[in-house]
Parts: sequence; structure tokens; C-alpha cells
Amino acid sequence: MDRPKLKKWNAPQSVREYPLGSTCESNHLTSINSGWRTFKPVIDYDKCVNCLRCFLVCPDGVIDKSGDKLEIDYDYCKGCGVCAVECKLGAIEMVKEVK
Amino acid sequence: MSKTMKFICGDDAVAEGARLSRPHVISAYPITPQTIVVERLSEFVEDGSLESDFMHVESEHSAMSCAIGISSVGARAFTATSSQGLLYMAEALPYASGQRLPIVMMNANRSIATPWSIFGDHMDSMFLLNSGWIQIYVEDAQEALDMTIQAYKIAETKEVMTPVMVNVDGFILTHTYEMVEIPEQEKVDEFLPPISMPNNSMSLENPKSLCISAGKDTNMEFNMKRHFEMVESEEYIERIDKEFGDAFGRYYHGLMETVNMEDAEVALITTGSVTGTARVVLEEMRKEGKRVGLIKLRVLRPFPTDKVVDALKNVKAFGVLDKNISFGYEGSIFTNVNSSIIEMGDIPKAVNFIGGIGGRDITHHDIEKAYDELLSAADGNSFDRVQYMNVGCDY
Repeated sequence: MDRPKLKKWNAPQSVREYPLGSTCESNHLTSINSGWRTFKPVIDYDKCVNCLRCFLVCPDGVIDKSGDKLEIDYDYCKGCGVCAVECKLGAIEMVKEVK
Repeated sequence: MSKTMKFICGDDAVAEGARLSRPHVISAYPITPQTIVVERLSEFVEDGSLESDFMHVESEHSAMSCAIGISSVGARAFTATSSQGLLYMAEALPYASGQRLPIVMMNANRSIATPWSIFGDHMDSMFLLNSGWIQIYVEDAQEALDMTIQAYKIAETKEVMTPVMVNVDGFILTHTYEMVEIPEQEKVDEFLPPISMPNNSMSLENPKSLCISAGKDTNMEFNMKRHFEMVESEEYIERIDKEFGDAFGRYYHGLMETVNMEDAEVALITTGSVTGTARVVLEEMRKEGKRVGLIKLRVLRPFPTDKVVDALKNVKAFGVLDKNISFGYEGSIFTNVNSSIIEMGDIPKAVNFIGGIGGRDITHHDIEKAYDELLSAADGNSFDRVQYMNVGCDY
């Protein structure tokens, strides 16, 4: 993935060891929000031409372009569907999550 | 060395205290009765007697947001407001306290609309009791000056790192003149060293995210830490007041001052300028042989639970003078005092005196009446739990 690498958050053993103020090293204290999704975007690589439109519009920056093909980080994709609406080739389908 | 005395109003005194504390930036928006504070500071910056940047912003919300930015880079920030201005700032206040930024703000206590009034009571700051700010209330202009300096030392103590609101009674203190001793800059510099932030400020060497979001898994712990450390700031507030007294000769007794409580049968608990009137009444009633005492609550957050319990342990009745109403209940300080004493063996009789709303005078006579009511309650006579002072008609 090309997005900033997450650092491991070592949960403090005591409330006292929490950071002073709402301050943290970046990419450190994160909450996985895959559970927020009702639909997940799935890329059809037969249709995708790597135009990067989805990469540009994704509000959470979870679409990675570093590899040969685009990849979605499902840990942090909230399932908003902007990418699917914006894709001119209809290469992204919103698929209902099965819980 | 001769003392520098000036005949100034409470607002001037706060401005002098702020000047002596050398804030790097002042972000301000005027509002009666605070306006003189920021006017004076802008004059000090203009005449070169204070080396600060003065930002005249477009609103109180911006004044606080700027102070947050200033403090986030490790600089010393000052602002002042009042009433509706404080309420307009309210959205930003918990950002400052949550981020643990040692901002000092003077609040000229004033009523809130509606009915609209510019005059003083404590309704504005009581609104923000839960904002995570340390709240100090002063009795006179000298204390206003001294506490502005102390506030920086408290806020910037590394174990505290919490913003401080210095509350000064609107008009009663902000617009009346007294002789005030102006401390020497050299001595203030010695008492209040340059600001040094721990690790919650912006830094190029050690970049961080500030004012982060924290999910369900960590959010509660962040808030608990902030709460615990605010409770523990009590120790530093006491210590800093002693240090200040040693350096400047004026002691304010930390979170709470007691007068004649050693043998008092009844006690009146006051906050802010009305304490001055109560002192005079107390002295006269003592001369008449009445065993009355006085407790001046100087800090409402953190709340001095143990000190209140200790002061009230031998009284038969006490009254709390509230210049605020928590609509639908009672005065907020009364609620706080009552919950503090809940574990005492013999709980004294408790009366809430609500007065001074919208700038209504609380006279010598009103305080005397309150003491008489407490003495009567102590003798076993019936009394109303909440009473209103100096009301112009039946209620």
C-alpha cells in the first residue's frame, strides 16, 4: 500500500501513560472502521484502465496506486460509494456486505 | 525598595498582570465589561512596553481559536472575554483543555441574555464549569492582577498543563478603582520562567498529530487522564500560591480561604467580589458575639472537596451564596458543596442564597440577613432550602 504506513499502537497499561492532550505520533492511534460499511466497493479489473479518478476522489485516501493495479484498503474504507459513482467506466461495483 | 502603586480599575489590573506575564500573542475581541483589558494591552503593544503580537480578530470564537493555535506552537497566549462572548467561545474551549494547552483567559463575569443586561453575575462562567478549564474567582483588583500571573504558572506546570480562566466580577471589579501594587518585572520573571511545553506542541523535529480523534477503544481513557490531572492540579495551585506569597508578600490561601472558621457556628460560602462585603459584615457580627464564619471559594474547578469538608466539620449550618441559577434546580455552587459533604457524619443544615442576578446589589444588609437566617437554622428553626436575596416583590 502507498498510503502512510501505520505504526503499532501499544495500548498503555494505565490511564496515566496515555499521551498528554489529544496528541499522538501520526499514523499511530487509528480505529479500523471497516465495520461501518453496508456496501463495499469492488474493482472489476477487466474494465479498470487505471485512470486514477477513484484515487483522486476517495475522501479517506484508501485507494492505493503503488502496484500494477489499484487496490482498496478495506480496513479503512467506510463504504461511502463516491468511487463507484465517479468511475466513468462503471468498473467499481458496490457489493452488499455479508455479516 | 519603594513599591509601585497605581490607582486603577480591575480591567487595568488584569492588563498589568498580563503585561508582566509577557504573552507572545494576545488574540482578542472586545466585549463590555472586559473591553478595557484588551484596549490597555493594545496600547502596551503600541507604546512598546509589551513585546507581543496583538491580533484583533473578528469574533470571540476566533479569539479562542487563535489562542489555541498560538499555544499549539508552544507560545504563551492571552485572551479575555465576557458573557455572550464566552458562550460564543464555548465550542473552542474544550479543544484548548483537551489538547492541554496552557492558555490564560480573563473572563469579566456578566449576566447572559435574555433578558439582556450588561451587568454582572456568574451565569456565564458557570455555563462552562464542564469545559475542562481551571476556574479561579477573584475578590478585588489586586487579586485579579496577581492571579493573572499565577494562572500562567499554574497552567504551564508540566503536571497540570490545563488552561485557566480568571473570573473577575463585571463592573463591581472591572470598572471600580483601587490602589493596586504593580509587581516588579524582574521579580515576575523570576517567579514565572519562560514557557516550556512538554510534548503536546507542534514540532518540526518530532512531528505529531494534534487534536486527534480517538475511537471508542481509547477515548474514555484520554478523558479520564485529563480529569485525574485536573483533580491533582489542586496541589500545584496551593503550592504556587505559597510561592507567590513568599515572593510578593500576598497569600491568597490556594483554592479556598477561611475567616473565623475555628469556632464558627455558622458559615457563609462566597465566591468573588461579594466576599469583601461579607468580611465587613462578619467583623461587625463577631463584635456582637455572634459565632459566624466565612469561606471564600477561590477555585471552582478543580473543586476543593476535602477543604470544604474540613472547613464545615464543626458548623451547625452553612449558606452558599450563588450568583447563578441552574434553571430547574438551584445555585450550582450549592450543588457542588452539598455533594462534597455527603460523606460527613453530621451534615450541617444547608441554605442556598441566590443573589446578584443581572447585577442586583448584594448589600451589607442582605449578608447580615443571611447570617441571621443561618443562626436561626442552627437553633433548630425551620428554613427554606433556597432563598433569594434582595428581591423587589413577593415570591
